[in-house]
Amino acid sequence: MTNKTTSYYVPTQSYWPIIGAIGLFFIAIGAGTTVQQIGSAASSGTWILTLGIGIIVAMMFGWFSDVIKESQAGMYSDQMDRSFRQGMSWFLFSEVMFFVAFFGALFYVRNISTFWLGGGSNNVMTGQVLWPEFEAIWPLIITPAGDTTQAMGWQGLPLINTIILLTSSVTLHFAHVNLEKDNRKPLIILLAITVLLGACFLVLQVEEYVEAYRHMGLTLSAGVYGNTFFILTGFHGMHVTFGTFMLFVMLVRVLKGHFEPNNHFAFQASSWYWHFVDVVWLGLFFFVYII
Amino acid sequence: MADTIVQGGNENSTEQNNTDQKSTAHHHQPPKGIMRWILTTNHKDIGTLYLCFSFLMFLVGGGMAMVIRAELYQPGLQIIEPGFFNQMTTVHGLIMVFGAVMPAFTGLANWLIPMMIGAPDMALPRMNNWSFWILPMAFAILLSSLFMEGGGPNFGWTFYAPLSTTYSPDSTALFVFAIHIMGISSILGAINVIVTIINMRAPGMTYMKMPLFVWTWLITAFLLIAVMPVLAATVTMVLTDKYFGTSFFEAAGGGDPVLFQHIFWFFGHPEVYIMILPSFGIISAIIPTFSRKKLFGYSSMVYATASIAVLSFTVWAHHMFTTGMPLTAELFFMYCTMLISVPTGVKVFNWVATMWRGSMTFETPMLFAIAFIVLFTIGGFSGLMLAITPADFQYHDTYFVVAHFHYVLVTGAIFSIMAASYYWVPKWTGHMYDERLGKLHFWCSLISVNVLFFPMHFLGLAGMPRRVPDYALQFADFNQLVSIGGFAFGLSQLIFLVVMIKCVRGGTKAPAKPWEGAEGLEWDLPSPAPYHSHTTPPVIK
Repeated sequence: MTNKTTSYYVPTQSYWPIIGAIGLFFIAIGAGTTVQQIGSAASSGTWILTLGIGIIVAMMFGWFSDVIKESQAGMYSDQMDRSFRQGMSWFLFSEVMFFVAFFGALFYVRNISTFWLGGGSNNVMTGQVLWPEFEAIWPLIITPAGDTTQAMGWQGLPLINTIILLTSSVTLHFAHVNLEKDNRKPLIILLAITVLLGACFLVLQVEEYVEAYRHMGLTLSAGVYGNTFFILTGFHGMHVTFGTFMLFVMLVRVLKGHFEPNNHFAFQASSWYWHFVDVVWLGLFFFVYII
Repeated sequence: MADTIVQGGNENSTEQNNTDQKSTAHHHQPPKGIMRWILTTNHKDIGTLYLCFSFLMFLVGGGMAMVIRAELYQPGLQIIEPGFFNQMTTVHGLIMVFGAVMPAFTGLANWLIPMMIGAPDMALPRMNNWSFWILPMAFAILLSSLFMEGGGPNFGWTFYAPLSTTYSPDSTALFVFAIHIMGISSILGAINVIVTIINMRAPGMTYMKMPLFVWTWLITAFLLIAVMPVLAATVTMVLTDKYFGTSFFEAAGGGDPVLFQHIFWFFGHPEVYIMILPSFGIISAIIPTFSRKKLFGYSSMVYATASIAVLSFTVWAHHMFTTGMPLTAELFFMYCTMLISVPTGVKVFNWVATMWRGSMTFETPMLFAIAFIVLFTIGGFSGLMLAITPADFQYHDTYFVVAHFHYVLVTGAIFSIMAASYYWVPKWTGHMYDERLGKLHFWCSLISVNVLFFPMHFLGLAGMPRRVPDYALQFADFNQLVSIGGFAFGLSQLIFLVVMIKCVRGGTKAPAKPWEGAEGLEWDLPSPAPYHSHTTPPVIK
């Protein structure tokens, strides 16, 4: 055995991973069954899904509190800290690639598939034979099959939401600066503001969805414009929800005095996550709303 | 627990007493019973789990291949319904890709990488356990969907829209979520591998000193993290198209079924390299050992691997030459695809050059490695033929394609996994395997696998389409031959099972370094390797 302080901490057996695997099992079965049961009276899927989510939430709570205890007991070396940081960075990279796929789909339908359906490139006959009336313009408010919808403008709610998210990134950054300088009060205030801004964003996003569904006929099934709009903003909104929750947990932990100026990986990771969500929104705002 | 900490002279021991009651007690001896395997955070235990699971899936997926070959033994429909035939081809593919080959490589990575780089364990041991245990869950869901009303997935492992959207069975929702959690497992596993390699190397183990298996896995892990999320996005769009009325893959709403193929193959082509790069690492370890020479061109191997990984993102549409893409795109993807044969050629050249004038011996791992080089090269050449756009118009969707990817995946990936198992099993179990049975396994596999797959080239060139339960009479003779080869290959794998079980239970004691020409830190550890690999970082020369 080497001196423990320089050796790598290998945790003992743990129940949390297997609980997490069982949770994911129920989530997958529950989500699949829920989707199959759409439009029927059966609701067993929803119950299984809820059970799965409950197990995962409990797992995260338990697993993270183990990690926090270990960290507070001083069992983590700098090397361990680097493992966490690198792990989080690669996780964010995988998230980026998830959004890349949907952005790719957006570019393809905008620039290639609708263009060809309208007779573009060497597809004159495609246009004439399939849907001669169809015109390829983006936003695609009239689909080839003739369904109509309205485009969501970028002024109004989306612009306000952009400002909210950008501001939240700034407040979070300064919260972090204050954490590193050990200024507790500004840290708490700025972090609380960030969480509030995240919540505001979500409320406005819901408002926008209600507006789209009730008044604009812009729905998830309204042709590829609606598809890409809701899948991109929807997955982004889901990430904002997670991010806000993460920052809220960080706020609670700050109030409990968990972090030190030079030891606050969880805070850092949540903050990276938040900035990532922010950058995705900028891409969305530009490619989905403006152009 | 006291002695380990006292020996360690730890200043923090009092704090640790509270939270760390059991952990140090486990540092030398694994706990007993089934809970050892369920709760383990040990890279060797998890590696063993991955390898056993992968072999089980190999048998299940192989059983499905037997059903397919039994139906194709004669023209006409004899044994199963065409619908069930489609489910068999689909699930056979999914299981072999996600259940057999990928977990086998992850298992090898778990076992070997910490030993090879001089680390005590993987960087994130608890997450390691999680990544494994998600897999049986995912496959339980996938396999159970076969017994549901309407049947299991029947759209081919590539689940092209609209087969997977408009025309798919109701169990597709479960297929989608099974793929989702499989993807989570792969991403978590890959993050663990990449962080272990970047952060856990012993002092002095610079990147250009790493064994090639570690290098190839580093790059594989990068590919996994880059493309598994894309697969998740693809299945999500299939789900919304089927159940929520979106039209990503439906022209009437402005989408395009070809979009599915683009996104799928943007995942799918790097995925192909995910399944072969670790093989290159394995072969690069085995060939020098039994040639008793250093690997020829180490750094060119590293650069070739990296180039293959980069190029793998620019070739996806060679799977789609017949979809009516613009001519420029067809040419671009054709040339990029052919470009990949350059780094691959570098590798084959280096392996052959390593053997050149070596004092070679032919133990079972070496036999599998040499067979890999020859047969994988055949698969590579048929790939080159398929890359030629105008030629592909004839080969597309024929048995030629089936022959091609089975040469690279069975005689490529699977043979390398077999080679790795024989090569490192003395280190894992502390016993030598039965060399005579190993050689028997090799020769049975080698002959039967060629009887199985080689005639498929001729069938394909003669025009037999893939994924059909029935065929025209002129294909009967070759199909019969192929089926006989298939059953023989399937049965030969049971020899492997026997060899491995025998080796776990006993056999000649293996020394720390059972192969005289072997190099690498794993051979400095005793056989079987201790429960925790390098508790102190080893000295790297």
